Amino acid sequence: MAVILAEALTKDYLAGFWRQTPRRSLDSLNLEVQENEVFGFLGPNGAGKTTTLKLLMNLIFPTSGKATILGHPVSDTRMHREIGFLPEQPYFYDYLTAGEMLDYYARMFGYREDRAARVTRFLERVGLGESRDMQLRKFSKGMLQRFGLAQAIIHDPRVVFLDEPTSGLDPIGRREVRDLILELKKEGRTVFFSTHILPDAETLCDRVSVLAHGKLQGVGSVRDLFQSHVQGVEIVFEGGESPGFHRMQVGVNEVYDAFERLRKAGARIVSCSEVRPTLEEYFMKLVSKEGQS
Amino acid sequence: MIAVIAWNTFREAVRDRILFNLVFFALLMISAAVLVGQISIGIEHLIIVNLGLTAISLFGVAMAVILGVALIYKEIERRTLYTLLSKPVRRWQFIAGKYCGLCLTLTVNTLFMTAGLILALFYVDQGLRPSDLQVLVGVFFILLQLFLLTGIALLFSCFATPAVATLGTLGLYMVGVFSEDIRTFGEISKDPMMQRLTSGLYYLLPNFGAFNVISAVAHEHPIPGALIAGNITYVVLYVAIALIASAAIFSNRDLK
Repeated sequence: MAVILAEALTKDYLAGFWRQTPRRSLDSLNLEVQENEVFGFLGPNGAGKTTTLKLLMNLIFPTSGKATILGHPVSDTRMHREIGFLPEQPYFYDYLTAGEMLDYYARMFGYREDRAARVTRFLERVGLGESRDMQLRKFSKGMLQRFGLAQAIIHDPRVVFLDEPTSGLDPIGRREVRDLILELKKEGRTVFFSTHILPDAETLCDRVSVLAHGKLQGVGSVRDLFQSHVQGVEIVFEGGESPGFHRMQVGVNEVYDAFERLRKAGARIVSCSEVRPTLEEYFMKLVSKEGQS
Repeated sequence: MIAVIAWNTFREAVRDRILFNLVFFALLMISAAVLVGQISIGIEHLIIVNLGLTAISLFGVAMAVILGVALIYKEIERRTLYTLLSKPVRRWQFIAGKYCGLCLTLTVNTLFMTAGLILALFYVDQGLRPSDLQVLVGVFFILLQLFLLTGIALLFSCFATPAVATLGTLGLYMVGVFSEDIRTFGEISKDPMMQRLTSGLYYLLPNFGAFNVISAVAHEHPIPGALIAGNITYVVLYVAIALIASAAIFSNRDLK
């Protein structure tokens, strides 16, 4: 059973003041995420990533289509015991301390006796143990992001949704968030995160999907997505027409001809590997193609 | 769940300094009543009760409107709702929790101001009179009025910006204060159409005039039990309708 399932999920917003016209933000999204996957939801700003997450969190309602999480419709708030959510650029009550705010969230799950210990444990887990009594309005952006992660996992959810969890963080902060996502996977949780930071997706994700202009462009493992996009073959060889090591790139169908030419020239083949686009190149290609159409 | 949200709303409001400022000004006004009372020979008690209850009512209304109109709007605008509603919280529970939290805040502030008024009476009369119990009934009526006003402000907050919600809430409050006059105007009129219209408006609009017993309390007149029971029932029903409408609007609203 898919942990997250979206079927023809579509969202239109009304735009304009006097004569409101519908503007499609998400167009017939079909998506399945399996248990214990780290699933990357990629796309440029305005692609529809946050709209999708809001639909899954039941913060907005679909124009058509449906979505389920753990087999329950997203409108079923009882299912929220099993999920955690970190919104993009999270906001919290300014005048509460980190300890008070996290305690508030913990209360919503009915924790009683072990609540204080749980709050302490999760603040320490995200590196905010010493900031427990500091008001949230005094937190830096990175600290707020880490606090946001703590509130998303305070109840040990089975599925964690993260909207741009590493955006706006310094390299150390990004590393910490990445480590936390990997920890969540080790613990057997499913992680669904949106990002436009491609190296994060390459590092963390079992599978990714690419969204552009509200439409799903592709979905699969990072490797699978590029399997059909081999740009050519790179051959590294030694000797031949001049001494030393050389590199050449040929088309997939030209490999054997190239081998033959090199053999005749007396070169020694050192290595031969497929040339595939980086995730960034693939991403840009899809986005620009969709933009043109 | 409602209690958890209510307690947090109260805690957040208490940390917001604007409330302290309002309570401070209200206590200042009550202190001024003592001064005015001292130069009003023979009617010090009446003046202090009158000015004191008026100050509590005015500042209570200001607090209810300022906090109430932004109650839901602020949560949507600042996106604090996103993390809350991803927890096992239903939207109607959120509405009910926010309402109860604001009512708790208003009650605590009103009790602070009431303590100031009682101290002022104690200072002027060198003790308390049995009729001062009526002051507490007056305060209770002010609280009922604030609970009703908060319900209306919350309803506006579910779909309007704070500016529009402030205009709407204050407009309804002002009209509600004079709703008796609207009905009387209809009765004076000979036009049956006008009579039906004013009568309809009287029953539809919140009747804030029914909570104004400040003059009776100041003159130490007893407040009839039937009026107390009637006002309690009225507020419970009116607030229930306002909260159900708020929950219905909010439950179907996209949180962009």
